[in-house]
Amino acid sequence: MARVIKGRVRVASAAAAVSSLAVLLAACGGSSSGGSGASSSSGTGGGSSAKSLSFLAINENTTIPTTLTSLSQKECAAENKAQPLQIKKQAQGTLDQQLQLLAGQKALPQLFISANSPDLTKQLFDSGAILDTGEAATSAGVSDDVLPAASSSIKALYDGKQIVLPTELNIEGIWYNKKLLADKGISVPTTWDELTAAFAKLKAAGVQPISNAGKGGDGWGITRWVGNYILRDQGADALKAVKDGSAKLTDAKYVADAQAIADLGKKGYFGKSPTSIDYATALNTFMTGKAGFIYMGSWALAAFNDPKQNAIGADNIGFMSFPTVSGGSGTADQTPANVGTALAVSKTAYDKDPATQAWVKCIIANYGTVALRDSSQITGFKVASGVTVPPLSQDIQTKISNIKDSVLWFEAYFPTKATTSSQNNGGLLGSGKLSGEQFMKTVSADLG
Amino acid sequence: MTSVFGDKRSIALLLGPALLFYSLVMLLPMLWSLGYTFFNGSVITGFDFAGLANFRKLFDDPALMPAIWFTVKYAVCITVGQVLMGYGLSLLYLFFLKHAGGVIRTLVFFPVVLPTVAVSLLFQKFFEYAPQTGPVNSLLDAVGIGGIDWFGSAGKAFVVIAIMDIWRSMGFYAVLLYAGLLDIPDELIESAALDGANGWRLIKNIIIPLSLPVLVSSVVFSINGTLKAFDSIYALTGGGPGTSTTPLTLYMFQTSFSYGDYGYGATVALTLTLICLLVTVVIFRATRRDTVPR
Repeated sequence: MARVIKGRVRVASAAAAVSSLAVLLAACGGSSSGGSGASSSSGTGGGSSAKSLSFLAINENTTIPTTLTSLSQKECAAENKAQPLQIKKQAQGTLDQQLQLLAGQKALPQLFISANSPDLTKQLFDSGAILDTGEAATSAGVSDDVLPAASSSIKALYDGKQIVLPTELNIEGIWYNKKLLADKGISVPTTWDELTAAFAKLKAAGVQPISNAGKGGDGWGITRWVGNYILRDQGADALKAVKDGSAKLTDAKYVADAQAIADLGKKGYFGKSPTSIDYATALNTFMTGKAGFIYMGSWALAAFNDPKQNAIGADNIGFMSFPTVSGGSGTADQTPANVGTALAVSKTAYDKDPATQAWVKCIIANYGTVALRDSSQITGFKVASGVTVPPLSQDIQTKISNIKDSVLWFEAYFPTKATTSSQNNGGLLGSGKLSGEQFMKTVSADLG
Repeated sequence: MTSVFGDKRSIALLLGPALLFYSLVMLLPMLWSLGYTFFNGSVITGFDFAGLANFRKLFDDPALMPAIWFTVKYAVCITVGQVLMGYGLSLLYLFFLKHAGGVIRTLVFFPVVLPTVAVSLLFQKFFEYAPQTGPVNSLLDAVGIGGIDWFGSAGKAFVVIAIMDIWRSMGFYAVLLYAGLLDIPDELIESAALDGANGWRLIKNIIIPLSLPVLVSSVVFSINGTLKAFDSIYALTGGGPGTSTTPLTLYMFQTSFSYGDYGYGATVALTLTLICLLVTVVIFRATRRDTVPR
């Protein structure tokens, strides 16, 4: 009898162990229907040819996914057949975190929007995670399709390497509502004093003078004003001097320049509550005629040329350079230029996958034409002849081609922590709740 | 079956997989994270041994104390609010809604099951100031107080966070405390009432002492949950304006995953763990003194 019981105990033990393992495995396995079938094929860590071309986009930029989708259907249809385009989206504010996590897991998609912070893109390149697209374009025989202006902008930012694809080529400046200014008897300002006088006039007339976002990370819309004011006041090398260590953001001159923008905030020129406004709302405020001015890059041309979004009409929008500051050593022809939201390519995916190489070659050869044709977007790629360009885009294209002296934006040389700190506090500066000194102290503390 | 549970091999076989799983997903990452505190760098740049540099950095970090202060302020205010509101509601269920309380209990409990992000978006819209005016500011405008930029300053943003998180979770504490109150014998309450203990005196002398164990459990639950709060604050304010509503959890997340400083992020996480441990020990020691017979 004892032997029988012992046997039963063994059977029961074995059954219990098998059951518990089965439950455990079932729990770990998850639902077979819930996962994305594509995700397993899109990672690049394995090194073998991927079944799809995975592209990590950001919610805030619709032009790049639209252009790539258009390419997949027409110019790059053959490449798309071999490796279908698969687009995933991510909020721009959390893009850097996502890229770091994916890079850490060696699971970066083949194509992705480059990090918000150039410093992070550099780190990814130095670790071998992303491709030198300049070298790749030369090897593929399509290097002539990247405009020299775009290539040099990228190289200025990334220590002489062209490590991203210029899906944008932008100049930045102040856009204004022509009709609104004319109605209020304001001529286009050329100096800071004239500009602030225009703000005062608009405010007195019950019109919001400037529309720029200050909600969370969208505060870059306001910190651009700080950077440009510094460059106009102290000259084109003023921000490079901070990078090189020969100047500090907390130096009296830099603090006074930031205070000039805080003063605009105190007077309510950035609107009722810039800390409540995100990028899309700021752009919409301007395009619905509720604000006189907006500081923005030429990437906004896609929205300005879209009658569905732009209620005031593209003909009603003018562009002016950031004006000169009285007694300042900077000039208005020193134009902030950048390649904006750029594309990066996973080195692992590219090196080991001919299908990805074919896709990247096709993008370089055709992106400029398709983006201009479908979205009126000026890019850093060559454009085939015969593409009709709206007048506003044509005007900006001419301005871009005439640039002799370009400058970078406020956070261009900052590490990620200081970039985040600057952009998160931009809204408070624009609402006048943070003084120039407090702002510069906060950002300076995170410069490391 | 008794024989099965008396057999050591059976116990080992039954517990083994679960213990292994727990060790892999809980203990190992904790130890791994502890290890990170002695390193600098990230998964992209690689790691360098830093000794105690990350611990020294804690004392020089200007952002740490504001984050700790916000975390403690949030934990105390929300815990007091959650437990008091929950206790008030449970008394309401017990004394006034004994027969028709099901619907009210369900309605009050409902926010507990709503996704945090959805609740945060709802409150963002409720308290919106610009470009549109939310219902709260419309009401303030209507009564002549004027709209308030709720998310434009640290203090006002904290008020919205507190209202939201107390509203979101008071139903849970109401149910928890109501279950504790149901354990108090009716006869005891009736005899106390016959002796003249009514209203506040009944609550103070009979109800509170008898429901103290479940009340303490609620406080421990709440304080540990609020010290680790992340999602609701991140979704509502993103830690702003600036960094004024950034708790330690969010600071740790940003340090590790936004700034790529895993070592210091792990050190901040360790700081939070120690604070949680300290608070729990203090609460348990305090309640043990109350419950151990003399």
